Amino acid sequence: MASMEQQLKGIMRWVDDRLPVTETYEKHMSKYYAPKNFNIWYIFGVLSFVVLVNQLLTGIWLTMNYVPTGEGAFKSIEYIMRDVEYGWLLRYMHSTGASAFFVVVYLHMFRGLMYGSYKKPRELIWVFGMLIYLALMAEGFFGYLLPWGNMSYWGAQVIVSLASAIPVVGDSLAVWVRGDFNMSGITLNRFFALHVVAVPIVLLVLVVLHILALHEVGSNNPDGVDIKKHLDEDGKPLDGIPFHPFYTIGHDVPAIVMFLIVFSAVMFFFPDGGGYLLEHPNYEPADSLKTPDLIAPVWYYTPYYSMLRAATFPLFGMPAKFWGLVVMAGAIAILFVLPWLDKSPVKSMRYKGLPSKLFLGVFVICFFILGYLGTVHPTPGRTIVAQICTAIYFAYFVLMPWYTSVEKTKPVPDRVTM
Amino acid sequence: MFRTIALTLCSIAFAMGVQASDAGYPLDHMEPDIHDQASLQSGMQTYMNYCVGCHSLEYQRYKRTATDLGIPDSLMLEHLVFDPETKIGDLIENTMSEENAKSWFGAAPPDLTLHSNLKGGPDWLYTYLRTFYADSSRPLGVNNLLFENVGMPHALVELQGMQQKVCKQVPRLAANGGDMRDPLNNEFITEELCGNDLVERGYSPLELVEGTGSLSSEEYDQVVYDLANFLYYMGEPARLDRTRIGWYVLLFLAFFYVFAWLLGREYHKEFHK
Amino acid sequence: MSDEGIDSKRRNFLIGATSVVGSVGVVGVAIPFVGSWNPSARALAAGAPIKVDISKLEPGDIVGPIPAWRDKPIFVVKRTDAMLAALNDKKSRLADPDSLEEQQPTYARNDSRSLRPDVLVLVGICTHLGCSPKFKPEVIPQDFDSEWMGGFYCPCHGSKFDMAGRVYSGVPAPSNMEVPPYYYEGDSVLVIGVDKGAV
Repeated sequence: MASMEQQLKGIMRWVDDRLPVTETYEKHMSKYYAPKNFNIWYIFGVLSFVVLVNQLLTGIWLTMNYVPTGEGAFKSIEYIMRDVEYGWLLRYMHSTGASAFFVVVYLHMFRGLMYGSYKKPRELIWVFGMLIYLALMAEGFFGYLLPWGNMSYWGAQVIVSLASAIPVVGDSLAVWVRGDFNMSGITLNRFFALHVVAVPIVLLVLVVLHILALHEVGSNNPDGVDIKKHLDEDGKPLDGIPFHPFYTIGHDVPAIVMFLIVFSAVMFFFPDGGGYLLEHPNYEPADSLKTPDLIAPVWYYTPYYSMLRAATFPLFGMPAKFWGLVVMAGAIAILFVLPWLDKSPVKSMRYKGLPSKLFLGVFVICFFILGYLGTVHPTPGRTIVAQICTAIYFAYFVLMPWYTSVEKTKPVPDRVTM
Repeated sequence: MFRTIALTLCSIAFAMGVQASDAGYPLDHMEPDIHDQASLQSGMQTYMNYCVGCHSLEYQRYKRTATDLGIPDSLMLEHLVFDPETKIGDLIENTMSEENAKSWFGAAPPDLTLHSNLKGGPDWLYTYLRTFYADSSRPLGVNNLLFENVGMPHALVELQGMQQKVCKQVPRLAANGGDMRDPLNNEFITEELCGNDLVERGYSPLELVEGTGSLSSEEYDQVVYDLANFLYYMGEPARLDRTRIGWYVLLFLAFFYVFAWLLGREYHKEFHK
Repeated sequence: MSDEGIDSKRRNFLIGATSVVGSVGVVGVAIPFVGSWNPSARALAAGAPIKVDISKLEPGDIVGPIPAWRDKPIFVVKRTDAMLAALNDKKSRLADPDSLEEQQPTYARNDSRSLRPDVLVLVGICTHLGCSPKFKPEVIPQDFDSEWMGGFYCPCHGSKFDMAGRVYSGVPAPSNMEVPPYYYEGDSVLVIGVDKGAV
């Protein structure tokens, strides 16, 4: 009916005069031109957002029944699992979601490595993304203590005591982080505040900045071609299409449903992931006198845990524990400077030379091996493998300025290829 | 180089911690069935009669258990709950104090609500309750093949009877890995093996002392199966609903996917020109 | 992208159909979030009906305010015949003598406001501002009422109720005292908090 449409238009005009709603919607959705050659690797950003929403909603709902004290935490988890209607479902949505978050984020980062999404002018997007990754790891670390199971306790104990490897201030720092001389309910309470309030706020701010920085320069694509180089008579990129509705409904809706199918299959049928999503030792309460057989972090930290354990000898008067911390921190820190290590004239792996492809391939394989090694007991043989893989991990970055500048690249097309 | 090895070994030792280690005894397998209410009811009966005095199930309520096992509330209170002050909505707690327990047994008997999950499934409990044997060197007179130097008495000994560690005459191994037979009379050629050697060969190192238990071997195995099944249910009562709801969700999502895919293709067609 | 080749009817149908199926999904996802707000098993257990054994209750005696049901104090009074007779006396002084206001289950909408005449079950809370009324069974003149017929007197603001919990006119309390749902299990056990046969 014409008058109803006019009324709605009138309301929108009133709002737009006071808040740029339509302008923002057009800038970021209906008139944001994205390259038309996105492939499956471009779905993981949206999926990360879906998982973030899941974690926020289920997290808030869990907080309604969770008790953040040493005495009450473990029992409150079982209260949620048994006494709260559908509590078990909310709990599993959250625990499966945590692992899903890292699967999706790792694949999202890998896309960046493949297509050079971190290269100029997208360095800041990459830096914000790395900060999100750091915040996510912190969020997972704080969150894992909250069930106050025996693995929660000992895993946190091991990682917090890493701080004591720092010379001079290490021990005081570890006590300061814990708020106590050993892991206790005091630590639990503050990790709860960080996990539920502080880090989620930081994550949300970073995600907004990440997307704003992306929309400012426009999305990359699998060919690494700049679509803004070829515009039509209206100034729109010839190889671009409006994000909404072509990607939102054309790609994202079915992809999200497919993701939900996989997610639901895991959550309803294998919520403990064979002991990798919900670790067995966590089915008993935290006990400072009883160490689990094998202290392993949750699977998404295991590559870095391997690197930490791979440092087995002291150097320059500093103990091995210190170097383990340096290696682990360095492995994450070096990701930040990736945009400035890649000296290749081309963006996308499709047009880079064989050395880049080989290094990326070996890097990925080593990441997986390190991940596996982090879940099992170290042995002399396994430690050697971990050390080799750590070296290769760093080589991918450290040698990149060299192999990306000397290798023979393929000519990059002018327009995107479908 | 030696320091490397020393450091590595130290980290292994640290990681393993100080606790009673599993003897490495192979687990017997059982297929749980949490929809077998008769089995769960029998398991609960055994539990309330022999176990709950020491081992609470303090995260679970009687009412939920009654509903899931198909037992009317009044019958549960009448036959399975021995404290008249207990109400159907109460948690399954016991009155053993932790200090008393520590002084009697050396360690407080753990709550068993989640024990099946802790041990990665019901196999551990199923094996544990069938591998107690007489050991005069232990304060309670028993030991266990799976849990060496356990502080627990054999709570079900009146049902199973007492087992003893024995040496057995078992067939020798032939060169091809099979059991060696005498070619003249086709009987096995045997040797005496004891303890771990028996286990490695696939035999139990234990033998039941006849007449010491009220149940036959098969009957006792059934009792233990039902008990382990009950504790498997106890680890996650939501398991009863979880897979069923999961199928409905997957079915719906598959149905929804058809629409989402068709709609997506509508827009996909447009920009793929 | 031109408008040619877009089948608007098909597109609109698909948008509609997908939205409808999608909303069913949204409702499905909402179920655990909404459902988790229902009283948990712990709340249900704490709020479960209570049992009161009145086999030893003498006529004229009261049990209460302990035990409580859902944090509400409960009075159980075994009324004497004299008390019952007095219920019909001076009904004109009562604000709601026939219990027209829904302060009791249907089986308690009678003069004795109870299942059985001799036993009265009440929620021991004054309907004015929630104080605990005092049990004043003697039919003697009181300083708050020279024609006191026996009943409950609230010390906070002077509200008066008769021996069936019915409120007097002219007092601050607006309604009769609440009668909770209850039933008899056998002869001498009251199950308070639920109607007979209900869950």
